[in-house]
Amino acid sequence: MLLVVEQVLNGLQFGLLLFLLAAGLTLVFGIMDLVNLAHGSLYMMGAYFAATFVAWTGNFVLGAILALGATLVLGIVLEVVALRHLYGRDHLDHVLATFGLILFFNEAVRLIWGPAGLALQLPDWLTVPVPILPGIHYPAYRLAIIVVALLVALLLYLGVMRTRIGMLIRAGASNREMIGPLGINIKLLYTLVFGLGAALAGLAGLMQAPILTVQIGMGENILILAFVVIVIGGIGSIRGAFLAAILVGLIDTLGRAFLPNLLRQILSSAAASTAAPALSSMLIYLLMAIVLVVRPEGLFPAARR
Amino acid sequence: MRTALWLAGVAWLAFGNSALSADSIKIGFVSTFSGPTAVIGNDMRNSFELALEHLGRKMDGKPVEVIYEDDQQKPDIGKQKTEKLVQSDKVDFIAGYIWSNVLLASLKTAVDSQTFLISANAGPSQLAGELCSPYVFSTSWQNDQTPQAMGLYMNQKGVKSVFLIGPNYAAGKDMLAGVKSTFKGEVVGEEYTVWPSQLDFSAELTKARNSKAESIFVFYPGAAGVQFLNQYVQAGLKQQIPLYTAFTIDELSLPLQKDNALGVPGAQEWVNDLPNEQNKKFVEDYRKKYPDLRPTYYGAQAYDAAQLINSAVVAVKGDLTKKDAMKAEMEKANFKSLRGPFKYGNNHIPIQNFYLQDVVKDAEGQLSLKTVATIVKDDQDRFHDKCPMK
Repeated sequence: MLLVVEQVLNGLQFGLLLFLLAAGLTLVFGIMDLVNLAHGSLYMMGAYFAATFVAWTGNFVLGAILALGATLVLGIVLEVVALRHLYGRDHLDHVLATFGLILFFNEAVRLIWGPAGLALQLPDWLTVPVPILPGIHYPAYRLAIIVVALLVALLLYLGVMRTRIGMLIRAGASNREMIGPLGINIKLLYTLVFGLGAALAGLAGLMQAPILTVQIGMGENILILAFVVIVIGGIGSIRGAFLAAILVGLIDTLGRAFLPNLLRQILSSAAASTAAPALSSMLIYLLMAIVLVVRPEGLFPAARR
Repeated sequence: MRTALWLAGVAWLAFGNSALSADSIKIGFVSTFSGPTAVIGNDMRNSFELALEHLGRKMDGKPVEVIYEDDQQKPDIGKQKTEKLVQSDKVDFIAGYIWSNVLLASLKTAVDSQTFLISANAGPSQLAGELCSPYVFSTSWQNDQTPQAMGLYMNQKGVKSVFLIGPNYAAGKDMLAGVKSTFKGEVVGEEYTVWPSQLDFSAELTKARNSKAESIFVFYPGAAGVQFLNQYVQAGLKQQIPLYTAFTIDELSLPLQKDNALGVPGAQEWVNDLPNEQNKKFVEDYRKKYPDLRPTYYGAQAYDAAQLINSAVVAVKGDLTKKDAMKAEMEKANFKSLRGPFKYGNNHIPIQNFYLQDVVKDAEGQLSLKTVATIVKDDQDRFHDKCPMK
């Protein structure tokens, strides 16, 4: 029982991290109709900035805040310099251009920070396991990720649902063509949305950095999962991204945690230990396929027209 | 005039090149030079280049030409690159190979063309057993050997139970099987993770904690070793359940693992402080040539691969058509290996010592690896009986 609680927490933590990445992706895709493969690069840049700033300042929280700001600025610059010229073009053009950006960022990182990768050390107060229930200790840092991501989700919700900018963002998501003629500075809105998405990706990257290593190409694998999340959740919908991310996180983690033992009931032990990891990594794609068949719009699509 | 120059250029391309290659020793080197594990490939290339420098970039007086190819850590790409090296570059030797699954996919191409293949790292059990070949030599080990040594060490320490975690590919399965074959205590759990994409081991660490095992054994090469160790420490397990490793802590991962690696033992056939002359020269010159880097066992094995190739070329006085004589010479392992002298078994896998290594702070205040003890002497892999070669 305690094991289940702990694994659910693991799944939740992974899901919330995916949400941070997927939220930016779904905003950019939903509002600006831009397929941004380089979203994973912003995640990577967030991690590299954090590793650098934390080393400079010697303070984890301060370094993280600086890194967040740096990724926001980078996102805005990227939008103004490169991506602005891609709006209204074919999706294939987006894919090509942003794939080029992935190569650019990977090579830039190799030149600036070298090929070996960086380590982001946690301060001592984040490396102790905290008791959350009698008999359950959970790593403090993973708990911190859950708390921060939930806070960000709440702020996003309030920002999108309760503020004027949020209203414009929602308007953009439901009808892109109409908001321009209504006298809204769509250029500025797009830059803002892209910067916000970049900052969210950077936040995901910098929070993931102490758990993984900061290395070239770290954003590419996780970006695939983020795309799966926004497809399941419905493109353009923050609420959809939130619920789908948690769903994907839980399925991925619980699959890895319990599938091997389940399979051992029917298969030989050796076959089960080999088949289980393969099968559990397939589960989320299976879920995506089912969602695409049953509800091609996603589970919680943004309201259209 | 212009036409003449142009013609001369074409003539040089057509004849000059082939004349050069007919007289040089051509070596193909397959390793990973892109992606997160490129640091391993770079270390192997650095060491291979250093070996060639020590040989004066000549083998039996002939210039050596090396073609490096990137397998991207993918079996299909590794196979294509091997085919390219064997069929279109027509290399005389092919060396490298970090990953067991890449080597297994590439093996047939090399063996069918009777090109000598020197594995400088990967040691899948199949290669030591039924797939052994007169054309294949290893300057590393068979995968099971290192974890077997770790299992023996755990017995010495009186460990009663273990939880095993490793990646789900050829080498991961060999490693866990290896530790199981020598460890006398109870194996309370065994987890395989998706390789190489899974980087978060929270589910596995939770299970290990709940299994109440007395120890954890892992095999995670490259960056995954850093990630595993980070997460193991963050989960507070370092104070709870001691960790035993194979190929998880090395000179490439140590700068990233930092203090997390202190006190975590590993087993290895080569450690930077092994006291033989060739090794001292290797470590010194490596650090002189690449000031920010330190050599690893990957590099040491690549260095030995160059020496093994050189021994064969010298033995036949550069006549590379004498394959039987070259094979006979290589079977003698007649070169100054960085791990000290070793013998080849019938399957062309080294019979060698395995050492216990520990992480310590060295004189410069940096973390480095140190030999603590010899766990097992002259160890032969447990698959050599299955190899039809005598």
